[in-house]
Amino acid sequence: MTTATSSPAFLEFRDVGQVFQTRRGPFEALRDINLQVRQGEFLCVIGHSGCGKSTLLNMVSGFLQPSHGSVTLHGKPITGPGPDRMVVFQNYSLLPWLTVWQNVEMAVKAARPELAAESRREVVTHHLEMVGLMEARAKRPGQISGGMRQRVAIARALAVSPAVLVLDEPFGALDAITKEELQEELLAIWREQKPTVLMITHDIDEALFLADRVVMMTNGPAAGIGEILEVPFERPRRYEAIQDDPRYGQLRNHALDFLYRRYAHDVD
Amino acid sequence: MTTTAPPSPASTRRRRRLRPTLPQVLPYLLCIGAFLIVWQLLSALLGVERLPGPINVLVDTWDPYISQPFFDDGGTSKGLGWQILISLQRVAVGYGLAAVVGVAIGGLLGLNRFAGKGFDPVVQVLRTVPPLAWFPISLMVFQDANTSAVFVIFITAIWPIIINTAVGIQEIPQDYNNVARVLRLSKRAYISNIVIPATVPYVFTGLRIAVGLAWLAIVAAEMLKADGGIGYFIWDAYNAGGDASSSQIILAIIYVGVVGLLLDRLVAWVGRKVSKGAA
Ligand SMILES: Nc1ncnc2c1ncn2[C@@H]1O[C@H](COP(=O)(O)OP(=O)(O)OP(=O)(O)O)[C@@H](O)[C@H]1O
Ligand SMILES: [Mg+2]
Repeated sequence: MTTATSSPAFLEFRDVGQVFQTRRGPFEALRDINLQVRQGEFLCVIGHSGCGKSTLLNMVSGFLQPSHGSVTLHGKPITGPGPDRMVVFQNYSLLPWLTVWQNVEMAVKAARPELAAESRREVVTHHLEMVGLMEARAKRPGQISGGMRQRVAIARALAVSPAVLVLDEPFGALDAITKEELQEELLAIWREQKPTVLMITHDIDEALFLADRVVMMTNGPAAGIGEILEVPFERPRRYEAIQDDPRYGQLRNHALDFLYRRYAHDVD
Repeated sequence: MTTTAPPSPASTRRRRRLRPTLPQVLPYLLCIGAFLIVWQLLSALLGVERLPGPINVLVDTWDPYISQPFFDDGGTSKGLGWQILISLQRVAVGYGLAAVVGVAIGGLLGLNRFAGKGFDPVVQVLRTVPPLAWFPISLMVFQDANTSAVFVIFITAIWPIIINTAVGIQEIPQDYNNVARVLRLSKRAYISNIVIPATVPYVFTGLRIAVGLAWLAIVAAEMLKADGGIGYFIWDAYNAGGDASSSQIILAIIYVGVVGLLLDRLVAWVGRKVSKGAA
């Protein structure tokens, strides 16, 4: 992962390091991250808790600046958050006083002010339909289930048609069935708009189902990219189909071996 | 005979609510009854002159204070309804001003980290000043008992409003601020979409504490210096020292308590209406 190409990648981490200043002195979370992401690529990031996955993606969403090196989009350094890099937070982050509809509409209004009221309504309707939530559009987040809330968050993020979509463990809190439904909905919207997706997950099967490549991180402190798995399955994917593929077992074992043998979480 | 239609579910439900069952009111009946009996016994023990019992209060004040709450004999001799209204009017002015100014100042202190930090000690010290400590300086400044009473309400009620508004803004969950940052919300959109809705429940907590304090303060301020108002009535009854004066004072105290409770519930109710969905 040290090849430096001459033409700038769509999204590129170059020699990125992150050092947090803490009360007990500096803490080096990430070191020597080099990664190039193609436009429209679906990337999953896997690693043990606390290794620095959120830290890595926070430098893409712009909440964090790298201490060393650079993170560039279209060759330009990322300096702060912006709607071209929408984020789906783990805890949904919907505004509880707005309805489902208003939550999505507020985002579209803010991020795409050029849209006229009519086209804005179409955009909101379309994205709520994609996640099957038009019926619930007048409800408030407090009145719907966790899975529905995460659907709203995904609809909100994609309705502003970002170039990059950042998801930090979006399905971690959901039950298996809801999770699978949401994965399929996410893939459907992704196919339609082809944003570049960076998604953190703890679930190897989820990563293999969704991603083009799976970035596996070593343990912190000073975590880095240990290995990158290419996921060769053709799209559109179906769980049953890829799980029958012999390569699936190989990839899965490889990932498990990486996480639980080579970089087993040391109990401290 | 015509057959009567069976009562619709809605009307039975309403009737059930209107006519509460015995088990529902039993705790109130028993406990309040016990309270009245203890009071009556205490009164018997101490002597009716020193502490009238509930029955004495009722008998002594029935005419005119209970039966005619809105009599007006001119001057300060008015029914308790009027006296309460006079007090409420002062509270309305002082509290209303405190609400407007308090939310504005609290908003500034909450949005501006520097000012919020710098003024915090001032607010923390001034908020602990008891209401009546403001009264003398207020009289010196305004030279007028009525204005001073209103000012005391204002200055008593404003601190919890300032503090809760500022805290409400500072405590806006980081998640919501992150949403605002990702969407690059304009200052205006940020305030109207996030700051105000997220802060409303806190503001109403402050307003609710403040209305209680305001009501405490008005009665005290009127006892010191005022013409008219429920506090004045209590002090006047005490100074008059007639046979029924202690009964009148006790009746006025009950009025004060009930009105205070109603004010508290009113603000809480408005708060619930306004902050639908939030918090
Ligand atoms: N602002 C910060 N200041 C100091 N240390 C931090 C800060 N943010 C993260 N860290 C530390 O950096 C390391 C990586 O944190 P990060 O949140 O990126 O991990 P993660 O891989 O996302 O973990 P999880 O899977 O539990 O979400 C952790 O040890 C964490 O304690
Ligand atoms: Mg994390």
